[in-house]
Amino acid sequence: MSLVFSWDWLPRLSQGLLLTVQLTLLSMAFGGFLGLVLAVLRVYGRGPLYPAYLLASAYIHVFRGTPLLVQVMTFYYALPTVGVRFSPVVAGLLALTLNTAAYQAEYFRGAIQSVRIGQMQAALALGLSRLQAVRYVVLPQALRLVIPPWSNELIYMVKGSAVVYLIGVLELMGQAKNIAARTFRNFEVYIVVALFYLALILVLSLGLRWVERRMRVPGLGVSGRT
Amino acid sequence: MLLRVEDLYKRYGKEDVLKGVSFSLDKGETKVIIGPSGTGKSTLLRCINRLTEPDRGRIWLEDTEITSPKVNINRIRSQIGFVFQDFNLFTHLTALDNVRLGLIRVKGMSKKEATERAMAELARVGLADKARAYPAELSGGQQQRVSIARALAMDPKLILFDEPTSALDPELIGEVLAVMEGLARSGMTMLVVTHEMGFARTVADEIIFMERGVIVEQGPPEQLFRSPKHPRTAEFLRRITDLYGGEQ
Repeated sequence: MSLVFSWDWLPRLSQGLLLTVQLTLLSMAFGGFLGLVLAVLRVYGRGPLYPAYLLASAYIHVFRGTPLLVQVMTFYYALPTVGVRFSPVVAGLLALTLNTAAYQAEYFRGAIQSVRIGQMQAALALGLSRLQAVRYVVLPQALRLVIPPWSNELIYMVKGSAVVYLIGVLELMGQAKNIAARTFRNFEVYIVVALFYLALILVLSLGLRWVERRMRVPGLGVSGRT
Repeated sequence: MLLRVEDLYKRYGKEDVLKGVSFSLDKGETKVIIGPSGTGKSTLLRCINRLTEPDRGRIWLEDTEITSPKVNINRIRSQIGFVFQDFNLFTHLTALDNVRLGLIRVKGMSKKEATERAMAELARVGLADKARAYPAELSGGQQQRVSIARALAMDPKLILFDEPTSALDPELIGEVLAVMEGLARSGMTMLVVTHEMGFARTVADEIIFMERGVIVEQGPPEQLFRSPKHPRTAEFLRRITDLYGGEQ
């Protein structure tokens, strides 16, 4: 068998790559923000915040307990039957965001809980409110600890974002599928796409390693633990 | 009277840790609490700034009842310094930022004002040259001195010390005790839980001996060390002297 690659694929695959990058980064950013709120509620949601704790726990359970694919389909095909309609890209982005939020919430929770309890106590003893203590003392430490598991989630989301091709989003996988269908060069197209994903993940991993090094606290280990 | 503790009770599960503790502290006074481990000394300190909620009893800081549910506890805590056994410096902040955090976020000082004040406090504990160092780059004794500077910067009415030298290597204890002694001499009001009998003897205005959740005896150091009224006090002092040596 002879391999046939074509430079003509490049513009479309590049467009797809760009959309994959956008979907991944936006869902990670929005999902990260939501995940942080969920995590803080999971850890500190006691007393009057208890209902919020329950809500956060239920949310995490639902979004971690169902397949991403089912969530994507739900947002695109099921919600219109109750009158909520999104374009493919918006439905895809929404599903990815809400899904990663649940996973990131659990990573954040783990990191927050591994900050030593004395840190919170020292902050409260100074007169900081609980919210200030979380904001200025616990989270800055937790966010350093969370970088390695968070990197994992980012890499997962680069690949996970591929499922939105099933609702017609022309990200990298969607473009590849189209080109393959048109040219019948399945083997070559998917090899090229795999290389695109690999390259993207390599760049992101290197970026995260750089962030991790920059955020490192002098005298402490790589991820901020003594 | 600066601090008044009245009939304080605290129970953890089935264990009564504090069983009716009462005492008071005047402005400028240093009292040292001694006693066997597990007798509620640390719990007592933590109840005073309500890091631990007492079950029963009342505490006043001057005219404010700390134990009242209506009190603004953050404000009260900013007036009571707390020095922990294991320092608890904020690991992600430099020594300077550790001292500045409360000044900026609690006292609302400008960064410039806070920096000047923080540098002055670091100088007071002899660590001005370590302002840019992170806690993990400092020795235990230096970390504890930074934590004292952090407490001092808030202009507290009183500082609580919870076994401030117990986590330190023996050769580092002296520098921390020297700073504390200087503070006591300068008129700071202090309540100190410690096993350092030399410090208790020379610095304390009064010593409180606690055992099993109650105050067994309290009095001036000379009286307590030379002629304890209670046999349990005598027994404890004998044991601790065997352990740590007498004069220091």
